[in-house]
Amino acid sequence: MRKNGFLDSLLGIFTFLTVGAGLYMTFLYAPNEKTMGAVQRIFYFHVPLAWIGFLAFFVVFACGVAYLLTRNIRWDLLAGSSAEIGLVFSTLVLITGSIWARAVWNTWWTWDPRLTTMLILWLIYLGYLMLRSAVEGAEKRARVSAVIGIVGFINVPIVFMSVRWWRTMHPVVITRTRVSLATPMLATLLVCLAAFTLLYAYLLRHRARIALAENALEEIRVRITERQFERRER
Amino acid sequence: MSYLRKVLTIAGKDLRAEARTRELTPAVLVFSLIVIVIFNFAFEPGARKQELLAAGVLWVAFTFSGMLGLVRSFAVEGEQGAIRGLMLAPMDRSAIYLGKLLSNFIFLSSVEVVGLLAFGVFFNFDLFPILHRLAVVLVLATLGFVAVGTLYAAMAANIRLREVLLPVLLFPVIVPILIAAVKATGGVLQGQLLENVSGWLKLLGSYDAIFMIVGVLTFEFVISE
Repeated sequence: MRKNGFLDSLLGIFTFLTVGAGLYMTFLYAPNEKTMGAVQRIFYFHVPLAWIGFLAFFVVFACGVAYLLTRNIRWDLLAGSSAEIGLVFSTLVLITGSIWARAVWNTWWTWDPRLTTMLILWLIYLGYLMLRSAVEGAEKRARVSAVIGIVGFINVPIVFMSVRWWRTMHPVVITRTRVSLATPMLATLLVCLAAFTLLYAYLLRHRARIALAENALEEIRVRITERQFERRER
Repeated sequence: MSYLRKVLTIAGKDLRAEARTRELTPAVLVFSLIVIVIFNFAFEPGARKQELLAAGVLWVAFTFSGMLGLVRSFAVEGEQGAIRGLMLAPMDRSAIYLGKLLSNFIFLSSVEVVGLLAFGVFFNFDLFPILHRLAVVLVLATLGFVAVGTLYAAMAANIRLREVLLPVLLFPVIVPILIAAVKATGGVLQGQLLENVSGWLKLLGSYDAIFMIVGVLTFEFVISE
């Protein structure tokens, strides 16, 4: 059963070490930002979280395409697992972003293209997972959610473009000034990116394993019911 | 049992059933959140121009009535098992998609024509001089709406909670349509020429093309009895 036990433990250890390093660098190593102060440290979590939010959704899309081409249920289980993790991470993006915005812009929310696109992405994830729980039958669930995942992903850049045009027609209240990152800050960001990516891979691997086990259990259940039926027929 | 007691028992039964299945609450909560987002795009915060507000009213009305039409469009196929006949017919599944898309398009367009009349009366707009420009915006936006809508409605046709889930799934995807349609309609109502809103029209046109292709390619996977 545990063919890749060694690789798994290696991934676990690496994730643990990198996350530890990321935490250390975020809170102790990175210098205080001049204008924003300590709250700017949220940046080192916020950006990697957003990156994972998009990456996880890309995985949902790619697995959806792979499922429709191969009809192998494993792709669908992977897509569902990735969507769950993606929803958690994009929820955290919205929360950390709100906290940061409150401290720096003095508002919880603004309809900036990036924020709005993230919100739409989050809503699409939610709908995707709700749909998965509403559809009966593994094969039908796989087909339908693959299509939702594909359409949702294709839509993300279009949403971003349309919101950007929509906003530019109005005075921009908040402009983000381009901050060139000091080297220690950049180093912290990169380590945090690596840490979150490893964490995503680790979580995905384990969530997908649970999904596989659930799927196997469901198949066994169906087979048992069929056997009982046959016996009764005799 | 007193009368009040009976009333409370009925209410308690409903709430207990929902607390145990927890099916409706999240879906409805997400729906209300999406409606807030949709209204934000339709009625821009800070917009004072009457034409832009009117365009928002128009497109919110079309979006919601379109949603009702879409839910019906596949529900009727399921009632007498007609969908099985459609699927057994010796033809490419994409033909079903395009046929359904066309009927939804014509249906929604006729609703929009009548809606537009009421809109002109209520908001006191003289629509005749700009009718041809409005028609271009309406056709492009409606086409995009039904391109995704037909695909999603087929998907939602026989799942639980389809009335709630269809808008929850569809609204986030049609946000670009709504933004572009409100902006273009607002511009036309203000008396602008089509050239001045061509950016939005191009966005609508690309959206239509992209999602009609996606629909033709993926429809066979979503349709089922």
